[in-house]
Amino acid sequence: MVWIILGIVLGILVLLAITFFVIYNSLVGLRNQVKNSWSQIDVQLKRRHDLIPNLIETVKGYAAHERQTLEAVTQARNLAVGAVGKGVGEQAKAEGGLSGALARLLAVAEQYPNLKANENFLALQEELSSTENKISFSRQFYNDSVLQYNNKTQMAPSNIVAGMFGFKSGEFFEVKGPEEREAPKVSFNK
Amino acid sequence: MWAQIQSNRRRSMILVAALALVLLLLGYFLGEAFLGSGLFGLIIALVIWAVMNLIAYFQGGALILSLSRARKIGPDDYPRLWNVVEEMKIASGLEKMPDVYIIDDPAINAFATGRSPKHAAVTVTSGLLQKMNRDELQGVVAHEMSHIQNRDVLLMTLCSVLLGTIVILAWYGSRVMLFSGGGRGRRSGSGGGGNGAAIIMIVALLLAILAPIFAQLIYFAISRKREYLADASGALYTRYPEGLASALEKIADSTVGLKSANQAFAPMYIANPFRKEGRSASDLTSTHPPIRERVRILRSMAGGASFVDYNKAFQQVRNIKQNIIPGSALAGAAGLVATRQQTPVLDKSSESQQKLERAREVSGLLDKLHQYTALACQCGTAFRIPPDYKGKVIRCPRCGKDNQIPIR
Repeated sequence: MVWIILGIVLGILVLLAITFFVIYNSLVGLRNQVKNSWSQIDVQLKRRHDLIPNLIETVKGYAAHERQTLEAVTQARNLAVGAVGKGVGEQAKAEGGLSGALARLLAVAEQYPNLKANENFLALQEELSSTENKISFSRQFYNDSVLQYNNKTQMAPSNIVAGMFGFKSGEFFEVKGPEEREAPKVSFNK
Repeated sequence: MWAQIQSNRRRSMILVAALALVLLLLGYFLGEAFLGSGLFGLIIALVIWAVMNLIAYFQGGALILSLSRARKIGPDDYPRLWNVVEEMKIASGLEKMPDVYIIDDPAINAFATGRSPKHAAVTVTSGLLQKMNRDELQGVVAHEMSHIQNRDVLLMTLCSVLLGTIVILAWYGSRVMLFSGGGRGRRSGSGGGGNGAAIIMIVALLLAILAPIFAQLIYFAISRKREYLADASGALYTRYPEGLASALEKIADSTVGLKSANQAFAPMYIANPFRKEGRSASDLTSTHPPIRERVRILRSMAGGASFVDYNKAFQQVRNIKQNIIPGSALAGAAGLVATRQQTPVLDKSSESQQKLERAREVSGLLDKLHQYTALACQCGTAFRIPPDYKGKVIRCPRCGKDNQIPIR
Protein backbone atom coordinates (compact mmCIF):
# COMPACT_ATOMS: atom_id res chain seq x y z
CA MET A 1 0.00 0.00 0.00
CA VAL A 2 2.71 2.42 1.02
CA TRP A 3 4.68 1.51 -2.05
CA ILE A 4 1.77 2.20 -4.35
CA ILE A 5 1.27 5.67 -2.87
CA LEU A 6 4.99 6.34 -3.05
CA GLY A 7 5.00 5.24 -6.67
CA ILE A 8 2.11 7.52 -7.55
CA VAL A 9 3.74 10.48 -5.83
CA LEU A 10 7.00 9.78 -7.60
CA GLY A 11 5.18 9.49 -10.94
CA ILE A 12 3.48 12.82 -10.43
CA LEU A 13 6.81 14.44 -9.52
CA VAL A 14 8.49 13.09 -12.66
CA LEU A 15 5.57 14.30 -14.79
CA LEU A 16 5.76 17.74 -13.21
CA ALA A 17 9.50 17.91 -13.86
CA ILE A 18 9.03 16.98 -17.52
CA THR A 19 6.30 19.59 -17.97
CA PHE A 20 8.52 22.13 -16.30
CA PHE A 21 11.42 21.48 -18.66
CA VAL A 22 9.21 21.52 -21.73
CA ILE A 23 7.72 24.88 -20.75
CA TYR A 24 11.09 26.33 -19.83
CA ASN A 25 12.62 25.27 -23.13
CA SER A 26 9.77 26.63 -25.21
CA LEU A 27 10.05 29.95 -23.34
CA VAL A 28 13.77 30.13 -24.10
CA GLY A 29 13.08 29.21 -27.73
CA LEU A 30 10.47 31.93 -28.10
CA ARG A 31 12.66 34.51 -26.39
CA ASN A 32 15.47 33.72 -28.80
CA GLN A 33 13.08 34.00 -31.72
CA VAL A 34 12.08 37.48 -30.53
CA LYS A 35 15.74 38.49 -30.24
CA ASN A 36 16.55 37.00 -33.60
CA SER A 37 13.66 38.68 -35.39
CA TRP A 38 14.65 41.98 -33.78
CA SER A 39 18.12 41.68 -35.27
CA GLN A 40 16.41 41.13 -38.64
CA ILE A 41 14.73 44.53 -38.31
CA ASP A 42 18.05 46.03 -37.27
CA VAL A 43 19.76 44.75 -40.42
CA GLN A 44 17.12 46.35 -42.63
CA LEU A 45 17.11 49.64 -40.73
CA LYS A 46 20.88 49.82 -41.05
CA ARG A 47 20.54 49.15 -44.77
CA ARG A 48 18.13 52.04 -45.09
CA HIS A 49 20.44 54.38 -43.19
CA ASP A 50 23.23 53.42 -45.60
CA LEU A 51 21.13 54.00 -48.71
CA ILE A 52 19.96 57.49 -47.82
CA PRO A 53 23.18 59.56 -48.32
CA ASN A 54 23.47 58.01 -51.78
CA LEU A 55 19.87 58.89 -52.58
CA ILE A 56 20.29 62.46 -51.39
CA GLU A 57 23.37 62.93 -53.56
CA THR A 58 21.53 61.66 -56.63
CA VAL A 59 18.43 63.77 -56.04
CA LYS A 60 20.54 66.88 -55.34
CA GLY A 61 21.98 66.71 -58.84
CA TYR A 62 18.54 67.16 -60.38
CA ALA A 63 16.45 68.90 -57.78
CA ALA A 64 18.85 71.05 -55.76
CA HIS A 65 16.22 73.60 -54.81
CA GLU A 66 14.16 71.05 -52.87
CA ARG A 67 16.49 71.87 -50.00
CA GLN A 68 13.86 71.68 -47.29
CA THR A 69 12.74 68.19 -48.17
CA LEU A 70 16.31 66.97 -48.53
CA GLU A 71 17.33 68.45 -45.19
CA ALA A 72 14.29 66.94 -43.50
CA VAL A 73 15.40 63.50 -44.68
CA THR A 74 19.00 64.04 -43.53
CA GLN A 75 17.75 65.21 -40.16
CA ALA A 76 15.35 62.31 -39.76
CA ARG A 77 18.13 59.92 -40.69
CA ASN A 78 20.48 61.40 -38.10
CA LEU A 79 17.76 61.08 -35.47
CA ALA A 80 17.17 57.46 -36.47
CA VAL A 81 20.88 56.62 -36.38
CA GLY A 82 21.09 58.29 -32.96
CA ALA A 83 18.20 56.20 -31.67
CA VAL A 84 19.92 52.88 -32.42
CA GLY A 85 20.21 50.86 -29.23
CA LYS A 86 17.92 53.14 -27.20
CA GLY A 87 15.13 50.59 -26.91
CA VAL A 88 12.34 49.41 -29.13
CA GLY A 89 9.90 52.25 -28.48
CA GLU A 90 12.39 55.07 -29.04
CA GLN A 91 13.79 53.50 -32.19
CA ALA A 92 10.35 52.79 -33.65
CA LYS A 93 9.46 56.46 -33.24
CA ALA A 94 12.60 57.77 -34.96
CA GLU A 95 12.31 55.25 -37.80
CA GLY A 96 8.66 56.21 -38.27
CA GLY A 97 9.75 59.83 -38.76
CA LEU A 98 12.37 58.76 -41.29
CA SER A 99 9.80 56.73 -43.26
CA GLY A 100 7.55 59.78 -43.48
CA ALA A 101 10.37 62.11 -44.62
CA LEU A 102 11.53 59.58 -47.21
CA ALA A 103 8.03 59.13 -48.62
CA ARG A 104 7.78 62.92 -49.06
CA LEU A 105 11.16 63.09 -50.81
CA LEU A 106 10.25 60.31 -53.22
CA ALA A 107 6.91 61.99 -53.93
CA VAL A 108 8.74 65.21 -54.74
CA ALA A 109 11.13 63.33 -57.02
CA GLU A 110 8.14 62.32 -59.13
CA GLN A 111 8.02 65.88 -60.50
CA TYR A 112 11.44 65.63 -62.12
CA PRO A 113 11.33 63.55 -65.31
CA ASN A 114 15.10 63.72 -65.77
CA LEU A 115 15.67 62.35 -62.30
CA LYS A 116 13.17 59.58 -62.94
CA ALA A 117 15.03 58.60 -66.08
CA ASN A 118 18.32 58.29 -64.19
CA GLU A 119 19.43 54.63 -63.98
CA ASN A 120 21.14 55.18 -60.67
CA PHE A 121 18.02 56.73 -59.22
CA LEU A 122 15.82 53.92 -60.50
CA ALA A 123 18.09 51.31 -58.92
CA LEU A 124 18.13 53.25 -55.66
CA GLN A 125 14.39 53.58 -55.76
CA GLU A 126 13.93 49.83 -56.15
CA GLU A 127 16.41 49.21 -53.31
CA LEU A 128 14.71 51.73 -51.04
CA SER A 129 11.17 50.62 -51.66
CA SER A 130 12.21 47.02 -51.16
CA THR A 131 14.04 47.93 -47.96
CA GLU A 132 10.87 49.64 -46.75
CA ASN A 133 8.97 46.45 -47.49
CA LYS A 134 11.60 44.36 -45.74
CA ILE A 135 11.40 46.61 -42.70
CA SER A 136 7.66 46.22 -42.52
CA PHE A 137 7.82 42.45 -43.09
CA SER A 138 10.50 41.98 -40.45
CA ARG A 139 8.44 44.18 -38.14
CA GLN A 140 5.44 42.00 -38.87
CA PHE A 141 7.41 38.85 -38.06
CA TYR A 142 8.89 40.46 -34.96
CA ASN A 143 5.49 41.51 -33.66
CA ASP A 144 4.08 38.04 -34.31
CA SER A 145 7.00 36.55 -32.39
CA VAL A 146 6.46 38.97 -29.51
CA LEU A 147 2.75 38.15 -29.43
CA GLN A 148 3.50 34.44 -29.27
CA TYR A 149 6.15 34.94 -26.58
CA ASN A 150 3.96 37.26 -24.51
CA ASN A 151 1.04 34.86 -24.69
CA LYS A 152 3.31 32.17 -23.34
CA THR A 153 4.64 34.32 -20.49
CA GLN A 154 1.18 35.48 -19.47
CA MET A 155 -0.97 32.40 -19.84
CA ALA A 156 -1.28 29.64 -17.23
CA PRO A 157 0.54 27.40 -16.53
CA SER A 158 3.61 28.70 -18.38
CA ASN A 159 3.34 32.07 -16.60
CA ILE A 160 4.43 30.33 -13.37
CA VAL A 161 7.70 29.20 -14.95
CA ALA A 162 8.10 32.57 -16.66
CA GLY A 163 7.68 34.36 -13.32
CA MET A 164 10.19 32.08 -11.56
CA PHE A 165 12.94 32.76 -14.10
CA GLY A 166 12.18 36.35 -14.96
CA PHE A 167 10.93 35.97 -18.54
CA LYS A 168 9.65 39.49 -19.15
CA SER A 169 7.10 40.40 -21.80
CA GLY A 170 8.49 41.74 -25.06
CA GLU A 171 7.74 45.13 -26.50
CA PHE A 172 5.90 45.51 -29.80
CA PHE A 173 7.45 47.53 -32.59
CA GLU A 174 4.60 49.92 -33.18
CA VAL A 175 4.44 52.62 -35.75
CA LYS A 176 3.04 55.80 -34.30
CA GLY A 177 1.91 59.05 -35.86
CA PRO A 178 -0.88 59.47 -38.41
CA GLU A 179 1.37 60.47 -41.34
CA GLU A 180 3.34 57.27 -40.96
CA ARG A 181 0.22 55.15 -40.92
CA GLU A 182 -0.97 56.67 -44.17
CA ALA A 183 2.21 55.94 -46.06
CA PRO A 184 3.80 52.89 -44.50
CA LYS A 185 5.28 51.79 -47.81
CA VAL A 186 7.04 53.39 -50.67
CA SER A 187 6.79 51.57 -53.93
CA PHE A 188 6.97 52.81 -57.45
CA ASN A 189 7.58 49.98 -59.79
CA LYS A 190 4.31 48.25 -59.52
CA MET B 1 6.80 29.96 -36.47
CA TRP B 2 3.89 29.52 -38.85
CA ALA B 3 5.16 26.09 -39.86
CA GLN B 4 3.53 24.36 -36.89
CA ILE B 5 1.35 22.24 -39.06
CA GLN B 6 1.62 19.07 -37.00
CA SER B 7 -1.75 17.47 -37.49
CA ASN B 8 -1.66 18.18 -41.18
CA ARG B 9 1.66 16.39 -41.34
CA ARG B 10 0.15 13.40 -39.55
CA ARG B 11 -2.70 13.20 -42.04
CA SER B 12 -0.25 13.40 -44.92
CA MET B 13 1.84 10.65 -43.36
CA ILE B 14 -1.20 8.38 -43.27
CA LEU B 15 -1.71 8.98 -46.97
CA VAL B 16 1.97 8.34 -47.67
CA ALA B 17 1.70 5.11 -45.68
CA ALA B 18 -1.29 4.15 -47.83
CA LEU B 19 0.81 4.78 -50.93
CA ALA B 20 3.62 2.65 -49.49
CA LEU B 21 1.11 -0.13 -48.74
CA VAL B 22 -0.01 -0.11 -52.36
CA LEU B 23 3.62 -0.48 -53.41
CA LEU B 24 4.27 -3.35 -51.01
CA LEU B 25 1.11 -5.21 -52.05
CA LEU B 26 2.03 -4.80 -55.68
CA GLY B 27 5.58 -5.99 -55.07
CA TYR B 28 4.40 -8.99 -53.09
CA PHE B 29 1.84 -10.24 -55.58
CA LEU B 30 4.00 -9.63 -58.62
CA GLY B 31 6.77 -11.58 -56.87
CA GLU B 32 4.38 -14.36 -55.99
CA ALA B 33 3.11 -14.55 -59.56
CA PHE B 34 6.44 -14.47 -61.44
CA LEU B 35 9.27 -15.32 -59.14
CA GLY B 36 7.48 -17.83 -57.00
CA SER B 37 8.27 -15.85 -53.90
CA GLY B 38 6.28 -12.91 -52.59
CA LEU B 39 9.11 -11.99 -50.26
CA PHE B 40 11.52 -11.70 -53.15
CA GLY B 41 9.14 -9.40 -55.03
CA LEU B 42 8.73 -7.35 -51.89
CA ILE B 43 12.49 -6.95 -51.60
CA ILE B 44 12.86 -5.91 -55.23
CA ALA B 45 10.12 -3.30 -54.83
CA LEU B 46 11.77 -1.96 -51.69
CA VAL B 47 15.21 -1.77 -53.30
CA ILE B 48 13.91 0.12 -56.34
CA TRP B 49 12.03 2.45 -54.04
CA ALA B 50 15.05 3.07 -51.80
CA VAL B 51 17.36 3.84 -54.72
CA MET B 52 14.86 6.23 -56.26
CA ASN B 53 14.37 7.91 -52.90
CA LEU B 54 18.09 8.46 -52.46
CA ILE B 55 18.36 10.00 -55.89
CA ALA B 56 15.32 12.18 -55.29
CA TYR B 57 16.50 13.30 -51.86
CA PHE B 58 19.97 14.37 -52.87
CA GLN B 59 19.51 15.21 -56.54
CA GLY B 60 15.75 15.79 -56.86
CA GLY B 61 15.87 19.58 -56.82
CA ALA B 62 18.75 19.79 -59.28
CA LEU B 63 17.07 17.20 -61.50
CA ILE B 64 13.79 19.10 -61.73
CA LEU B 65 15.58 22.38 -62.31
CA SER B 66 17.70 21.00 -65.13
CA LEU B 67 14.75 19.17 -66.72
CA SER B 68 12.76 22.37 -66.77
CA ARG B 69 15.80 24.26 -68.13
CA ALA B 70 15.86 26.77 -65.27
CA ARG B 71 18.70 29.23 -64.88
CA LYS B 72 19.97 30.57 -61.59
CA ILE B 73 20.06 34.33 -61.10
CA GLY B 74 21.86 36.58 -58.63
CA PRO B 75 20.74 39.74 -56.80
CA ASP B 76 21.90 42.05 -59.60
CA ASP B 77 20.41 40.13 -62.51
CA TYR B 78 16.85 41.04 -61.69
CA PRO B 79 16.67 43.09 -58.48
CA ARG B 80 12.88 43.21 -58.34
CA LEU B 81 12.45 39.44 -58.24
CA TRP B 82 15.39 38.97 -55.89
CA ASN B 83 14.04 41.63 -53.53
CA VAL B 84 10.55 40.17 -53.53
CA VAL B 85 11.95 36.73 -52.68
CA GLU B 86 14.01 38.25 -49.89
CA GLU B 87 10.98 40.14 -48.58
CA MET B 88 8.99 36.91 -48.41
CA LYS B 89 11.91 35.08 -46.84
CA ILE B 90 11.78 37.65 -44.04
CA ALA B 91 7.99 37.57 -43.75
CA SER B 92 7.92 33.77 -43.50
CA GLY B 93 10.84 33.67 -41.06
CA LEU B 94 12.86 31.29 -43.23
CA GLU B 95 16.43 30.99 -41.99
CA LYS B 96 18.18 30.91 -45.33
CA MET B 97 17.60 32.79 -48.55
CA PRO B 98 16.47 30.27 -51.19
CA ASP B 99 18.13 30.18 -54.61
CA VAL B 100 16.23 32.00 -57.33
CA TYR B 101 15.78 30.49 -60.81
CA ILE B 102 14.16 31.70 -64.00
CA ILE B 103 12.70 29.63 -66.84
CA ASP B 104 12.63 31.30 -70.23
CA ASP B 105 9.03 30.46 -71.13
CA PRO B 106 6.03 32.64 -71.95
CA ALA B 107 3.77 30.48 -69.75
CA ILE B 108 2.86 31.96 -66.36
CA ASN B 109 3.95 29.61 -63.62
CA ALA B 110 6.21 29.14 -60.62
CA PHE B 111 7.41 26.33 -58.37
CA ALA B 112 9.51 25.56 -55.33
CA THR B 113 12.09 22.79 -55.01
CA GLY B 114 14.50 21.53 -52.38
CA ARG B 115 14.40 18.88 -49.70
CA SER B 116 14.46 21.25 -46.72
CA PRO B 117 14.17 24.96 -45.95
CA LYS B 118 17.98 25.08 -46.03
CA HIS B 119 18.28 23.59 -49.52
CA ALA B 120 15.47 25.36 -51.31
CA ALA B 121 14.91 27.18 -54.56
CA VAL B 122 12.12 29.30 -56.00
CA THR B 123 11.64 29.22 -59.75
CA VAL B 124 9.47 31.51 -61.86
CA THR B 125 8.91 31.74 -65.59
CA SER B 126 9.84 34.85 -67.54
CA GLY B 127 6.19 35.05 -68.61
CA LEU B 128 5.22 35.44 -64.98
CA LEU B 129 7.74 38.24 -64.46
CA GLN B 130 6.30 40.07 -67.43
CA LYS B 131 2.66 39.77 -66.48
CA MET B 132 2.68 40.34 -62.74
CA ASN B 133 2.93 43.62 -60.90
CA ARG B 134 4.83 43.77 -57.65
CA ASP B 135 1.96 42.83 -55.32
CA GLU B 136 1.04 39.87 -57.50
CA LEU B 137 4.63 38.68 -57.75
CA GLN B 138 4.82 38.91 -53.99
CA GLY B 139 1.70 36.76 -53.64
CA VAL B 140 3.10 34.07 -55.91
CA VAL B 141 6.48 34.01 -54.18
CA ALA B 142 4.76 33.90 -50.77
CA HIS B 143 2.78 30.86 -51.94
CA GLU B 144 5.99 29.10 -52.99
CA MET B 145 7.73 30.15 -49.80
CA SER B 146 5.05 28.44 -47.77
CA HIS B 147 5.61 25.21 -49.72
CA ILE B 148 9.23 25.44 -48.59
CA GLN B 149 8.38 26.43 -45.02
CA ASN B 150 5.82 23.63 -44.62
CA ARG B 151 8.21 21.11 -46.16
CA ASP B 152 5.66 20.32 -48.82
CA VAL B 153 8.44 19.90 -51.32
CA LEU B 154 9.96 16.98 -49.43
CA LEU B 155 6.57 15.37 -48.94
CA MET B 156 5.62 15.76 -52.57
CA THR B 157 9.00 14.40 -53.68
CA LEU B 158 8.51 11.41 -51.40
CA CYS B 159 5.07 10.83 -52.88
CA SER B 160 6.06 11.29 -56.48
CA VAL B 161 8.91 8.79 -56.01
CA LEU B 162 6.50 6.27 -54.50
CA LEU B 163 4.06 6.87 -57.31
CA GLY B 164 6.84 6.55 -59.86
CA THR B 165 7.99 3.23 -58.40
CA ILE B 166 4.44 1.87 -58.44
CA VAL B 167 3.96 2.93 -62.04
CA ILE B 168 7.25 1.31 -63.10
CA LEU B 169 6.53 -1.96 -61.30
CA ALA B 170 2.99 -2.11 -62.61
CA TRP B 171 4.10 -1.34 -66.14
CA TYR B 172 6.75 -4.07 -66.28
CA GLY B 173 4.51 -6.47 -64.38
CA SER B 174 1.61 -6.12 -66.78
CA ARG B 175 3.88 -6.36 -69.87
CA VAL B 176 5.49 -9.55 -68.65
CA MET B 177 2.08 -10.97 -67.82
CA LEU B 178 0.59 -10.14 -71.21
CA PHE B 179 3.48 -11.41 -73.30
CA SER B 180 4.51 -14.48 -71.34
CA GLY B 181 0.88 -15.48 -71.03
CA GLY B 182 1.04 -15.72 -67.26
CA GLY B 183 4.27 -16.67 -65.51
CA ARG B 184 4.19 -19.31 -62.83
CA GLY B 185 0.52 -20.14 -63.31
CA ARG B 186 1.24 -22.04 -66.49
CA ARG B 187 4.69 -23.44 -65.73
CA SER B 188 3.58 -25.09 -62.50
CA GLY B 189 0.22 -25.76 -64.05
CA SER B 190 -0.25 -29.34 -62.93
CA GLY B 191 -0.85 -30.48 -59.40
CA GLY B 192 -2.50 -28.91 -56.38
CA GLY B 193 -0.91 -25.47 -56.69
CA GLY B 194 -2.79 -24.63 -59.87
CA ASN B 195 -5.88 -23.11 -58.34
CA GLY B 196 -4.04 -20.94 -55.83
CA ALA B 197 -1.57 -19.81 -58.44
CA ALA B 198 -4.38 -18.72 -60.71
CA ILE B 199 -5.92 -16.63 -57.96
CA ILE B 200 -2.57 -15.02 -57.24
CA MET B 201 -2.18 -14.38 -60.94
CA ILE B 202 -5.51 -12.57 -61.10
CA VAL B 203 -4.77 -10.54 -57.98
CA ALA B 204 -1.37 -9.56 -59.40
CA LEU B 205 -2.96 -8.56 -62.69
CA LEU B 206 -5.67 -6.53 -60.98
CA LEU B 207 -3.10 -4.82 -58.79
CA ALA B 208 -0.88 -4.03 -61.74
CA ILE B 209 -3.80 -2.30 -63.41
CA LEU B 210 -5.41 -0.64 -60.40
CA ALA B 211 -2.38 0.30 -58.28
CA PRO B 212 -1.18 3.18 -60.46
CA ILE B 213 -4.67 4.66 -60.65
CA PHE B 214 -5.24 4.29 -56.92
CA ALA B 215 -1.81 5.68 -56.12
CA GLN B 216 -2.38 8.68 -58.35
CA LEU B 217 -5.64 9.48 -56.58
CA ILE B 218 -3.89 9.44 -53.20
CA TYR B 219 -1.08 11.56 -54.57
CA PHE B 220 -3.43 14.17 -55.93
CA ALA B 221 -5.44 14.26 -52.72
CA ILE B 222 -2.29 15.14 -50.78
CA SER B 223 -1.31 17.77 -53.30
CA ARG B 224 -4.65 19.59 -53.39
CA LYS B 225 -4.77 20.10 -49.62
CA ARG B 226 -1.27 21.55 -49.72
CA GLU B 227 -2.32 24.11 -52.27
CA TYR B 228 -5.05 25.54 -50.05
CA LEU B 229 -2.63 25.72 -47.16
CA ALA B 230 -0.02 27.47 -49.30
CA ASP B 231 -2.64 30.00 -50.44
CA ALA B 232 -3.59 30.68 -46.83
CA SER B 233 0.06 31.15 -45.87
CA GLY B 234 0.60 33.37 -48.89
CA ALA B 235 -2.16 35.66 -47.65
CA LEU B 236 -0.71 35.58 -44.15
CA TYR B 237 2.86 36.41 -45.18
CA THR B 238 1.94 39.27 -47.50
CA ARG B 239 -1.05 40.44 -45.44
CA TYR B 240 -2.59 41.10 -48.82
CA PRO B 241 -4.79 38.27 -50.17
CA GLU B 242 -5.78 40.37 -53.17
CA GLY B 243 -2.22 40.18 -54.54
CA LEU B 244 -2.27 36.39 -54.78
CA ALA B 245 -5.91 36.40 -55.93
CA SER B 246 -5.25 38.70 -58.84
CA ALA B 247 -2.07 36.76 -59.70
CA LEU B 248 -4.06 33.52 -59.82
CA GLU B 249 -6.64 35.22 -61.99
CA LYS B 250 -3.96 36.21 -64.48
CA ILE B 251 -2.68 32.64 -64.46
CA ALA B 252 -6.19 31.33 -65.10
CA ASP B 253 -6.69 33.74 -67.98
CA SER B 254 -3.47 32.76 -69.68
CA THR B 255 -3.79 30.09 -72.31
CA VAL B 256 -0.14 29.14 -72.64
CA GLY B 257 0.94 25.78 -71.25
CA LEU B 258 4.44 25.22 -69.95
CA LYS B 259 6.70 23.59 -72.53
CA SER B 260 9.14 21.90 -70.24
CA ALA B 261 6.71 20.58 -67.63
CA ASN B 262 6.66 16.96 -66.53
CA GLN B 263 3.60 15.09 -65.28
CA ALA B 264 5.27 13.81 -62.12
CA PHE B 265 6.26 17.30 -61.00
CA ALA B 266 2.89 18.88 -61.75
CA PRO B 267 1.88 19.29 -58.09
CA MET B 268 4.94 21.45 -57.48
CA TYR B 269 3.79 24.29 -59.69
CA ILE B 270 1.57 27.09 -58.42
CA ALA B 271 -1.06 26.16 -61.01
CA ASN B 272 -1.38 22.97 -63.00
CA PRO B 273 1.03 23.37 -65.93
CA PHE B 274 -1.11 21.09 -68.12
CA ARG B 275 -4.11 23.25 -68.51
CA LYS B 276 -7.28 21.83 -69.89
CA GLU B 277 -9.61 24.77 -69.95
CA GLY B 278 -13.26 24.00 -69.71
CA ARG B 279 -12.65 21.25 -67.19
CA SER B 280 -12.91 23.51 -64.19
CA ALA B 281 -14.52 21.04 -61.81
CA SER B 282 -12.23 19.82 -59.09
CA ASP B 283 -12.37 16.17 -59.96
CA LEU B 284 -10.28 13.49 -58.33
CA THR B 285 -7.62 13.56 -61.00
CA SER B 286 -6.52 17.14 -60.66
CA THR B 287 -3.44 18.11 -58.71
CA HIS B 288 -4.70 21.58 -57.98
CA PRO B 289 -8.03 22.95 -56.77
CA PRO B 290 -9.76 24.97 -59.49
CA ILE B 291 -8.13 28.38 -59.74
CA ARG B 292 -11.41 30.33 -59.81
CA GLU B 293 -12.36 28.78 -56.51
CA ARG B 294 -8.98 29.64 -54.99
CA VAL B 295 -9.49 33.24 -56.13
CA ARG B 296 -13.00 33.36 -54.66
CA ILE B 297 -11.75 32.09 -51.31
CA LEU B 298 -8.94 34.64 -51.16
CA ARG B 299 -11.36 37.43 -52.04
CA SER B 300 -13.84 36.34 -49.35
CA MET B 301 -11.36 36.85 -46.54
CA ALA B 302 -13.04 40.14 -45.58
CA GLY B 303 -10.22 42.30 -44.29
CA GLY B 304 -8.38 39.58 -42.38
CA ALA B 305 -5.23 37.74 -43.40
CA SER B 306 -4.96 35.03 -40.74
CA PHE B 307 -5.45 31.28 -41.09
CA VAL B 308 -8.76 31.71 -39.25
CA ASP B 309 -9.98 34.16 -41.88
CA TYR B 310 -8.92 31.85 -44.71
CA ASN B 311 -10.62 28.89 -43.08
CA LYS B 312 -13.83 30.86 -42.70
CA ALA B 313 -13.68 32.01 -46.32
CA PHE B 314 -13.04 28.42 -47.45
CA GLN B 315 -16.07 27.13 -45.57
CA GLN B 316 -18.21 29.93 -46.90
CA VAL B 317 -17.20 29.47 -50.54
CA ARG B 318 -17.37 25.69 -50.48
CA ASN B 319 -20.46 25.78 -48.25
CA ILE B 320 -19.11 23.04 -45.98
CA LYS B 321 -18.15 22.73 -42.32
CA GLN B 322 -14.84 20.96 -42.82
CA ASN B 323 -11.64 22.79 -41.77
CA ILE B 324 -9.07 23.14 -44.50
CA ILE B 325 -6.46 24.53 -42.11
CA PRO B 326 -5.51 22.05 -39.37
CA GLY B 327 -6.85 22.85 -35.91
CA SER B 328 -3.43 23.28 -34.30
CA ALA B 329 -2.51 26.01 -36.78
CA LEU B 330 -5.88 27.70 -36.29
CA ALA B 331 -5.36 27.86 -32.53
CA GLY B 332 -1.82 29.18 -32.96
CA ALA B 333 -3.01 31.92 -35.26
CA ALA B 334 -5.24 33.53 -32.68
CA GLY B 335 -5.16 37.30 -32.62
CA LEU B 336 -6.11 39.92 -35.09
CA VAL B 337 -4.23 39.87 -38.36
CA ALA B 338 -5.47 42.68 -40.55
CA THR B 339 -4.67 43.03 -44.21
CA ARG B 340 -2.52 45.90 -45.34
CA GLN B 341 -3.30 48.55 -47.89
CA GLN B 342 -2.47 48.06 -51.51
CA THR B 343 1.05 49.21 -52.23
CA PRO B 344 0.55 52.87 -53.07
CA VAL B 345 1.24 53.58 -56.69
CA LEU B 346 3.33 56.71 -56.75
CA ASP B 347 4.39 55.93 -60.28
CA LYS B 348 1.81 57.73 -62.36
CA SER B 349 2.61 55.95 -65.59
CA SER B 350 -0.20 53.81 -66.92
CA GLU B 351 -0.53 50.06 -66.47
CA SER B 352 0.31 49.43 -70.13
CA GLN B 353 3.45 51.55 -69.86
CA GLN B 354 4.54 49.58 -66.81
CA LYS B 355 3.90 46.35 -68.69
CA LEU B 356 6.14 47.58 -71.47
CA GLU B 357 8.80 48.53 -68.95
CA ARG B 358 8.60 45.06 -67.37
CA ALA B 359 8.80 43.38 -70.75
CA ARG B 360 11.94 45.35 -71.52
CA GLU B 361 13.48 44.45 -68.19
CA VAL B 362 12.72 40.77 -68.61
CA SER B 363 14.02 40.54 -72.15
CA GLY B 364 17.19 42.31 -71.03
CA LEU B 365 17.57 39.75 -68.28
CA LEU B 366 17.03 36.83 -70.65
CA ASP B 367 19.61 38.23 -73.08
CA LYS B 368 22.05 38.39 -70.21
CA LEU B 369 21.28 34.82 -69.16
CA HIS B 370 21.66 33.55 -72.70
CA GLN B 371 24.87 35.58 -73.03
CA TYR B 372 23.57 37.68 -75.88
CA THR B 373 25.70 40.72 -76.59
CA ALA B 374 24.49 44.15 -77.60
CA LEU B 375 25.92 45.79 -80.70
CA ALA B 376 25.15 49.21 -82.14
CA CYS B 377 25.56 49.91 -85.85
CA GLN B 378 26.74 53.34 -86.97
CA CYS B 379 23.29 54.17 -88.31
CA GLY B 380 21.91 53.84 -84.77
CA THR B 381 20.29 50.42 -85.08
CA ALA B 382 20.87 48.22 -82.04
CA PHE B 383 21.24 44.44 -82.29
CA ARG B 384 21.12 41.64 -79.80
CA ILE B 385 23.43 38.91 -80.90
CA PRO B 386 23.40 35.25 -79.80
CA PRO B 387 26.72 33.90 -78.46
CA ASP B 388 27.45 31.63 -81.46
CA TYR B 389 27.76 34.65 -83.79
CA LYS B 390 30.96 35.75 -82.10
CA GLY B 391 33.71 36.68 -84.57
CA LYS B 392 31.32 36.64 -87.55
CA VAL B 393 30.21 39.50 -89.74
CA ILE B 394 26.57 40.50 -90.01
CA ARG B 395 24.96 42.99 -92.34
CA CYS B 396 22.86 45.72 -90.80
CA PRO B 397 19.30 45.34 -92.19
CA ARG B 398 18.76 49.08 -92.13
CA CYS B 399 21.83 50.68 -93.71
CA GLY B 400 23.47 47.63 -95.27
CA LYS B 401 26.83 48.15 -93.59
CA ASP B 402 28.79 45.05 -92.54
CA ASN B 403 29.43 44.82 -88.82
CA GLN B 404 32.22 42.73 -87.33
CA ILE B 405 31.13 41.06 -84.10
CA PRO B 406 33.84 41.02 -81.43
CA ILE B 407 35.07 37.60 -80.32
CA ARG B 408 34.88 38.24 -76.59
